[in-house]
Order: sequence, then C-alpha cells, then structure tokens
Amino acid sequence: MSEALVLDAQGVVVSYPGHPPVVAVNDVSVQVAAGETVALVGESGSGKSSLARAAAGIEKIAAGTVQFDGMPVTTMRLRRRPVALTGIQMVFQDPSTSLNPRRRVGDQIQDGIQTALARGDAGSRVEEWLERVGLEPAWASRFPHQFSGGQKQRLAIARALAARPKLLIADEPISALDASTQTSVAALMRDLVAEVGAGMLFISHDLAVVRRIADRTLVMYAGQVMESGATAELWSDPQHPYTRSLLAAIPEPDGRGTIPAAPTPEDRARWSTVPPIRDRTA
Amino acid sequence: MSDTALSIRDLRIDIGRPLVHGISLDLHRRQVQGLAGESGSGKTLTSLAVLGLLPRKAQTSGSIRLGEDELLGMPRRALNRVRGKRVAMIFQDPSASLHPQLTVGSQLTDHMRVHLGLKGSAAKARAVELLERVQVPRAAESLGRYPHQFSGGQRQRIAIACALACDPDVLLADEPTTALDVTVQAGILQLLRDLAVERDLAVLLVTHDLGVMSAIADDVAVMKDGRIVERAARATLFSDPQHEYTRTLLAALPGSRIPSDGESEGADDE
Amino acid sequence: MSAFDDKRVAARWKIRFRWPRAWRTPLGVIGSVIALAWVIVAFTAQWWVPYGPNAQVLPRLQAPGIGTMMGTDGNGRDIFSRLMTGATVTIPLALTLVVAALIIGTIIGAVAGYFGGWVDETLMRITDLFMAFPTVILAMVVAASLGPSLFNAVIAAVIVSWPQYARVTRSLVLSLRQQNYVVAGRLLGHSPLRSLFVDILPNIAGPLLVLATLDIGTAILLLSGLSFLGLGAQPPTAEWGSMISAAMSNFDAWWLGVFPGLAILTVVVAFNFLGDTMRDVLDPTAEIAHENQADLVSSAKGASA
Repeated sequence: MSEALVLDAQGVVVSYPGHPPVVAVNDVSVQVAAGETVALVGESGSGKSSLARAAAGIEKIAAGTVQFDGMPVTTMRLRRRPVALTGIQMVFQDPSTSLNPRRRVGDQIQDGIQTALARGDAGSRVEEWLERVGLEPAWASRFPHQFSGGQKQRLAIARALAARPKLLIADEPISALDASTQTSVAALMRDLVAEVGAGMLFISHDLAVVRRIADRTLVMYAGQVMESGATAELWSDPQHPYTRSLLAAIPEPDGRGTIPAAPTPEDRARWSTVPPIRDRTA
Repeated sequence: MSDTALSIRDLRIDIGRPLVHGISLDLHRRQVQGLAGESGSGKTLTSLAVLGLLPRKAQTSGSIRLGEDELLGMPRRALNRVRGKRVAMIFQDPSASLHPQLTVGSQLTDHMRVHLGLKGSAAKARAVELLERVQVPRAAESLGRYPHQFSGGQRQRIAIACALACDPDVLLADEPTTALDVTVQAGILQLLRDLAVERDLAVLLVTHDLGVMSAIADDVAVMKDGRIVERAARATLFSDPQHEYTRTLLAALPGSRIPSDGESEGADDE
Repeated sequence: MSAFDDKRVAARWKIRFRWPRAWRTPLGVIGSVIALAWVIVAFTAQWWVPYGPNAQVLPRLQAPGIGTMMGTDGNGRDIFSRLMTGATVTIPLALTLVVAALIIGTIIGAVAGYFGGWVDETLMRITDLFMAFPTVILAMVVAASLGPSLFNAVIAAVIVSWPQYARVTRSLVLSLRQQNYVVAGRLLGHSPLRSLFVDILPNIAGPLLVLATLDIGTAILLLSGLSFLGLGAQPPTAEWGSMISAAMSNFDAWWLGVFPGLAILTVVVAFNFLGDTMRDVLDPTAEIAHENQADLVSSAKGASA
C-alpha cells in the first residue's frame, strides 16, 4: 500500500490485572490510511474500546507496537504529550463528560486551535468550527450545560478537529445520541475528516450506522479481530460465523414482524473456535 | 373479559410547558402496541404517566383507564397497589431497575410478598419458575446471586421476571433492548412477544428503534412533539407510511437507500 | 430530521435565574442571615460597642438590666461589649483557620491524587498519621508545647484540621482524573499541572467549599475550647471560651456563662445551616436533575417547525 499509514498497530495485546489477568485485546493489528475511515465493530466485552485507547496511547500495551505516521506512540503518563503525537485526537462516547463544565465552549475549542498552532499547523477560528459542525458561532461564549447531548458531541468533535489531527479515534461517539442524530453526526465526522485528509478509526457496536461511513470494517469478538475487509463486501458476503451472526441479528425494519434469529449456544461456541479470517483486502 | 387492558384518552401532560397534547391509545391483551418517536416526542412521558411516575410539578389531564379504575390522579396508596401488581414496567437500563445490593431472589420474592402475600418456599418456588421462564441459566442458583454477577442481557431478563412476578395485566417496556448487544436483543424480543401471548399481557413497547418495532409490534403509533401523527398496523406502517414524518423516519434508517455523496453503495442488494 | 434541528433546540432554551430552592427554606434563610450578622459584628464591633471590652467601669457582677444589656463580670466589664468584641477575635480567626487548613489540605490531596504512585502513598500515610490523633488532644499538645496564646491555638487547630481536606480533595481528584475532558486535554498536549489547575480544581471547588463552610462551626468550637482550657486566648482578651471558663467560678451570676454559650451556639448552628444550604445549592446531582428536566422540556420543544 503506497498510501501513508496514519495508524499502524501490530500485534497489540492489552491486559488488565487480575487473577487471572483479563486479556482485553489479544494480538490485534489494524491499519488506517490517510483519508480513510476504518470501523471497528464489536459487542460489549469485545475489546474494541481498549484497542482504541491503546492506539491513542492512553492505555498501556502489554505487547505489540503502535505507530502513528511512522513514529511510535508512547503511552501517556505524567509527562506532557510530545507535540508530534498531538496529531492523534479522540472523541469519546459520553458527551456529557467530554467538556469541562466550568469553561466556555469557545475556550475549549480554542485549546484545539492552540494545539494545531503549537505543532506548526494552520490556525483557525472558533467560529469557523462551530459552523462546520452545525452550531451557531455566537454560542462560543456558552457553557456546556446549555447544550443538548448531540450538540455537546459536535463541540467535542470541533475541538478534536481544530487540533488538525492526522488520526481521529472515535470511541462509540454516537451511541449516546438520539437515533435520528446518530446517522448525521457519523456522516459529519466522516466528511470533516475526509476533507482534511485525516484517517479515522471509528469504534461502534452499531453495524448499521457504520455501514454508511466506513471504507473498511473490522469485526472484533473476545479480544480478536474475527474478520475484516471492505465494508460493502463484509455486508454482502460475511465469512466468519460471528460476522454472520452479528449481521443476522439486526432486525430489519421491513414491517414483516420477523424477530432475528438469536444465536444458539452452538453458534456462540463456533465464534471462538473458528479462527479469524485474514483480511481479504491486501 | 374485554380485550382492552388499558385505555388512554386525550392525555395531556404539562411540565412548565405542554409536552403531550392529547393522545389516545389502547392496549390490548396479547398484543404489543408500539409507540415510536424520537427523544422529546413525549413517548416516555406517556409511559411514565400511566404509573404516576411523572415529576411532581407535572400537570396532567385526560384519562388512563385500567379496567374500571382511573389511574390519572389516583392517590398514592391506591397507585401503589396498582404498580407492580397490575401494571409493571421495564426500563432501558436493567442495572437501574435492580437493586445492586439485594440478591435476585429477594428482589423477586419481595414483589410477591407485597402484592400477593406469598412467603417462604411458595414464593421461592415461584421465583425459580419465573427465572426459568425468562431463561436465566441455572435459575435455582441465581436466586442467591447479585445483579452485578449477571450480564446485561440476563439482567434485563431478571427485570422482566420481576415485572411478571405478580401477573400484571399491562407491561410497559421503555427501550428494553436499546442498551443491549444486538446478539442478545433478539432473545429478549422473542421473550417479550411470547410472554404477551402466554400471559394475556398487554405490552406497550416504547422505542425509537424501528427495527425493534418491526420485529415485535402488532400496531405502531408514531409520536412527534407530543402528538400521535400516525397509527397503523405494523405491516402497513412500514410498507405504506402516510404521514410525512413517518416517511422521514423510515428514510433516515441506515438500511434504506439514500444515496450518499459520491460513494458507491455496493450493498444495495434488497 | 436534519442536523440543524439541534440549533433550534438550543435557541429555544432560555436560561432563567431561579433563586436556589434551598434558600427558600426557613432554615436556609435564618442560617444565612444569622451567619452574615455575626460576620458583620466581627468586623465592625469595635466601633459600636457601648463600653471597651476591658473597661472596668461598671459595678461588678451586675445582672442584666439598665445600662448593661447582659450584665457585668467580676471585673466590672460589660458582658455585651466583651461578647461582641469576642466575635471580633473568634470569627476572623476561625475563618483564617479554615482557609489555611483548606489550602494546605487541598494542595496535599491534589498532588497525591493526581500524581499517584509513591507520592500518593507517602502523602497519604502522613495524612493518616495526623488523622489518627484525637483532634482536641493533639491541639492541646501542640498548644501547650508552643505556649498558650491565641496565635498558637490557631496553629494547633490548623494542624489538626487539614487532613480531612486532603482526604476529600484526593478522592475528588482521583475521580475526575479519568473524566473524558481531562483526558482530552492531555491529548491536546496540556501539561499535568495545567490539567490539574484548569480542568480539575475548578470542578472540585464546590464540595470543598461546602466542607469548609460546615467546618467553620467546628473551628469556632475548637478555638473556644482551647481558650476555655486556658490554652488559647489569655486574659484579659475577650474570647467566648475564656469567658465561659471564668464563669465557672461564679455560678450564681448566670449571665456570665449563658450569653457566651448562646453566642457560640448561634454562630455554630448558623454556619451549619449555611453549609447545608450551600451543599444543596452546589449539589451536582441537583444540577443534573435540573438538567434532565430541562433536557426533557427543551428537547420536546426543539425540532418543530
């Protein structure tokens, strides 16, 4: 692949202490190219959030490497994040804790702008960003509690993008939003990220929404990537039993009153026994 | 016995501002009535109104009849005899419905003790029976365990068991599967539908998820801004929506064919 | 449903100032008024007391009556004047005490909570050490060893009071440290110190303020207590605790002890009411409940043509 890889994670292992230790991510590799949106889907306990945090460097890795734009991603500890790594930005699941309740939203977006400037990238204006995410520029002086959940998420997106990241990691960014706004916010993120030529790693448990915005999709189960490939192909021709079960479980809004087949215990057993499918797009 | 278990007529809810503007809805036994809408449409307020769970300063008018009783404005004492016994509710977050520090068994038997006067081994036996019916594995052992020891899907099943403990006439389900994994969702939906028929339950299913609605609702009412803008049998609503808002909702679904800018949608295989 | 419906939601949301519900209760109002009154007394008494606190001009041990509202003490000094002057002594010192303990405790707790590791361990063990001593005993020991004086009593009181602030601050910082907006700040390149001061501290000020307000009463009791024991204010300083102490030898003259006692009672209770009120006002869950209701209302208003 000649495209620049903004994210290149190989053999990542993330484990949490315990008796025995909980291995949340078990030898996972994922790559994101500039301008590409890669979706990471999985249900609760699949390890997708842990992987996202590891990729951003806010979670410790037990094994494997994570490279951002060719340089290693160091785990964030007490030291300031190295300026080059501020090219990785994140949007989190819970909009209500993504913004400092005591600061004006304009100031918080300004933080993002400052980060871009500190890296030598172009500056921008707070008002510009507010407009781009569909909010009124005049609201820069307001406080987070004056906004709804969906708006707070847009503000978080504005702040992240104002920092001109090359890689945007979105950890379930739409799960906490209204059904109607979910699709539009996801599309907004995809568009804005593509505009600036950045890559996005989009984590979600909702396959349906991800279908519209991701170029490639990785399906995670129990800490491993079971299948990955171009999104359209994955939908039309899933190979791994887990992917098939996942897709089959989505209720079709066709009015026919059919309840999707619930996976049987035998089905579930097969998920762990059938080995992961190798990426078909190579 | 009439088939109509609950009858809502011209319900208005005002909390500082009018939020529900006179809706009417019937719940029939053995049927799942869907109430669809976005957040802010008033659908959740409607279900809370049935059980008198609205904030104190809410003002209501209209009628909610359960059999011969008028629930709207019922005094607290009488309402407590209705809640749990004749009308039960399950919520989106099963962790919020279950007391984290009581065993599953005691939560179930508590309900039964209060409403049915069942005690001791009779209550326990019934509790095990309920857990088995909702398909919680190893029901007898589960009595002594705590909610946090179960998965999200199992907690919701337990919540359903608690709701059924006293054989209610009406079950209100507010986004019962929204917080659950999709592979778990199907099982819960099947359970709800089966229970409705088995136990002569009238189910009100409140959700924004049209996929879920399509799976188990018999009739669907669509709410917008505190009003019901369309109501139809499930099949009709999805195949031939009349109201513009319903059409917009259906079109916004990820599965529907909306061309996105410049991207080839290779997966349009319907 | 377009992306721009959100705009209309926020546009329709009007922030109205509502007098916090807690202040509409009788207790809240009474408490705040009395506390405020005493604070005013504390800062102005010297200008309007009828007699100097040490002026021995009146007949001794006179019961309350004409010319002397609360009677006189064994040295012919007006109790009322001494009482009011006492406020000048006790209340500012109590406030200083609380502020000092708050600052010391907050710094230690914040550093421990934020940096974790051995820094946390060390600081917390030290905190535990101080907390392990019974407050009054430790204060007595310190005051006695430094020498009896009001100043030393304050030092002693600060030493025993800071640990609770350290504990509370540490746990607040620990919980906030993981909040998404703090992490977001670090991703943007904020230094840990900036994180601490800009993101964390302003958001824990509320609970700490409540704690401090509730602590004022305890501070007053502590100072008065030490003075009562002879370890604080020394004669002839007018201080409530020492006034009560002096009243012990003169039980017949009830006015000698009752009025200072009542003064302590009213101040402490008033500040407790004030603290409770502040907690209700600043309670984040109350804010959230408000928010949820407001969300319910505003989102219902929004998105309609």
